[in-house]
Amino acid sequence: MSDDISTMLVDATSRLFADQLDEQVIRRGRGGEWLGHAWAAIEEMGLPLAMVGEETGGLGIAPVNAMELIRTVGRHAVPLPIAETMVANHALAAAGLPLADGPAAIVPSGVRFADGRASGIARRVPWGADVSTLVIENDGKLIRLTNGWSVEGRASNIGGMRRDTLWIDAEAQSVASIASPSLLLAGATTRALLMSGAIFKALDLTIGYVNERTQFGRTLGKFQVVQHELAKVAGHAASSAAAADLAGDAYAGSGDPAVAVAAARLRIAEAVGETVSICQQMHGAIGFTREHSLHLYTTALLGWRDEYGGQRHWEDVLGRAALAAGPDDFWQFICAA
Amino acid sequence: MTQLAFRAPPIIPAAEELREDVRAFLATELRGRSAVARAESWTGFDADFSRKMGERGWLGMTWPKQYGGHERSAFERYVVIEEMLAAGAPVAAHWIGDRQSGPTLLKFGNEAQKQAILPGIAAGRLTFCIGMSEPDAGSDLAATRTRAERTGDGWRITGTKVWTTNAHRAHFMILFCRTSGKPGDRQEGMSQLLVDLKNTSGITIKPIIDLAGAHHLNEVHFDGAVVPHDALLGEEGEGWHQVMSELAFERSGPERFLSSFQLLVELIGVLQGSESDTARGAVARLTAHLLVLRRLSRSVAGMLEAGENPALHAAIVKDQGALFEQSIPEIARAIYDAEPDANSTNAFDAVLANMLLNAPSWSLRGGTREILRGIIARGLGLR
Repeated sequence: MSDDISTMLVDATSRLFADQLDEQVIRRGRGGEWLGHAWAAIEEMGLPLAMVGEETGGLGIAPVNAMELIRTVGRHAVPLPIAETMVANHALAAAGLPLADGPAAIVPSGVRFADGRASGIARRVPWGADVSTLVIENDGKLIRLTNGWSVEGRASNIGGMRRDTLWIDAEAQSVASIASPSLLLAGATTRALLMSGAIFKALDLTIGYVNERTQFGRTLGKFQVVQHELAKVAGHAASSAAAADLAGDAYAGSGDPAVAVAAARLRIAEAVGETVSICQQMHGAIGFTREHSLHLYTTALLGWRDEYGGQRHWEDVLGRAALAAGPDDFWQFICAA
Repeated sequence: MTQLAFRAPPIIPAAEELREDVRAFLATELRGRSAVARAESWTGFDADFSRKMGERGWLGMTWPKQYGGHERSAFERYVVIEEMLAAGAPVAAHWIGDRQSGPTLLKFGNEAQKQAILPGIAAGRLTFCIGMSEPDAGSDLAATRTRAERTGDGWRITGTKVWTTNAHRAHFMILFCRTSGKPGDRQEGMSQLLVDLKNTSGITIKPIIDLAGAHHLNEVHFDGAVVPHDALLGEEGEGWHQVMSELAFERSGPERFLSSFQLLVELIGVLQGSESDTARGAVARLTAHLLVLRRLSRSVAGMLEAGENPALHAAIVKDQGALFEQSIPEIARAIYDAEPDANSTNAFDAVLANMLLNAPSWSLRGGTREILRGIIARGLGLR
């Protein structure tokens, strides 16, 4: 599919979100409600199949273009497992398994597969109580389940996105060797893209606010100290976008994406800290209320930042790889990443 | 936010082939070069090395062949430059000419100027400096007071330029000065002149010693120095616009994030084999920044190659790049105990000292952090 068509799909997705997910709906979703109508519209548009080839029933967009859709989900901070279902289907299609039936979650670890059964506890599963397919990774195998689990507990991340605990004990009939990057890397890539989208949204809201809000007889945007704070956010936003692209390209490419994904996650984690801090600060007390919409994006960022691998994990991955390259080959390592 | 989009950098197979040639050349040429010398980055001066670069066809790479250029893509040039900087090659003798003065001449020079000068830069034989800052005109370039009066003999120049890199070794200066009007006219009435520093009387060049004790900067005093009428570069009175059009080229290259790369290499050297989480975490953080900056910088190179003027993007790269470069010595000393000492026989101690003393310049040269953030804020629609 050409870039133009991908751009059209991104535009159509933005319109769909605008139509189906106004702020009241988003707030209900962030309060824990499953947004069934919106999910139906999203499914009808084919977004869960965005990373699946046409030959296996997907949209046939290049995975690298599908990444742009995940960024759009992040920009709108949509409380539905769109990105998760996209990568779940991508992994299923690569492994030659049937695609997900309805919304899906990926379970990178914690569930064992032995003697034809998948068993264990899957924690903090996005909308775990509402998904109808689980895609589990264990010891190089990909396991597709459509039943055989129960909901142990319902919880949410700091951004009000549902993260439920599932008790799994199922006979696994769809099992194959994993043939795409690990589910942890898949999940981590989605978080990089989601965050890069929401960082831009937080920046946009803040620019709008400081150009409108007047104090001391001028708009806040006329104060140099405010300008320079937002210039810092712009630097983080641009860097986060490039970092997410790095991860997305590597995930969609043929090599091991671990280094690129780790770099993206670490760079974006730093950007999130600064962006949330500055955008909240620039919004003043008004932004510290649930009434204002800024928190929908800043709290989403704080939640996504630590999902599918935390700071120490990605530091370990990237730090080991860089130190293994050593002083003589470090530059070659950078160019090859 | 489309104005902040950084497109994916294109993949150019020819550029990657060239990378292997450059690495082979550098492995031979820089054999035995000390870590401290490599750490000089783009201030290391070696005229012989620059001539060898010229012989290889790695200077003036994108210029037309009729002016000694090689008509290669901006990406091939980018590869050569980043390999030079990553390896710590002494590029100063050709750096300003190849990067800034040559392109300015190509864009604004007349035919005679282009034929006379550009082949010399491309051969690595001519060194350039840029006369911009003055005692009372640093970031505020429009406050420039140096004047050139048109006389029967030519342009008669009076005034003082400061912090002029390599003026004491350069063959030519591209001088930014007032040719009409008065200081209150600000950007109006400015012009650029091509000054032959080796064959013009009335010019005094005095060293300015920098924080690291090195002599790269100079004060250049013009006491009625006369240059020919045809030394005018471009249009009289258009100097401001001519200078501004160069800035995107100057602000987004790999030199904007590789200034302290040598210290990162030394750091990885002393930490190699370490099982410390702190060490891994610090190296990981720096590596993440470096990978992202390189992608941003290469993205801007793609926009420049496509004929765009990504001034906002370039300002972001330079601002982010300087923050990264300046963070390296701070992080390095925090995870590896060492006393910075430029004269130490220990490479880490010596490179650390060099970086700590040079770091302040990285957010000053080529547009201060404050100026860049003003540009970025304007790009965001503030002010």
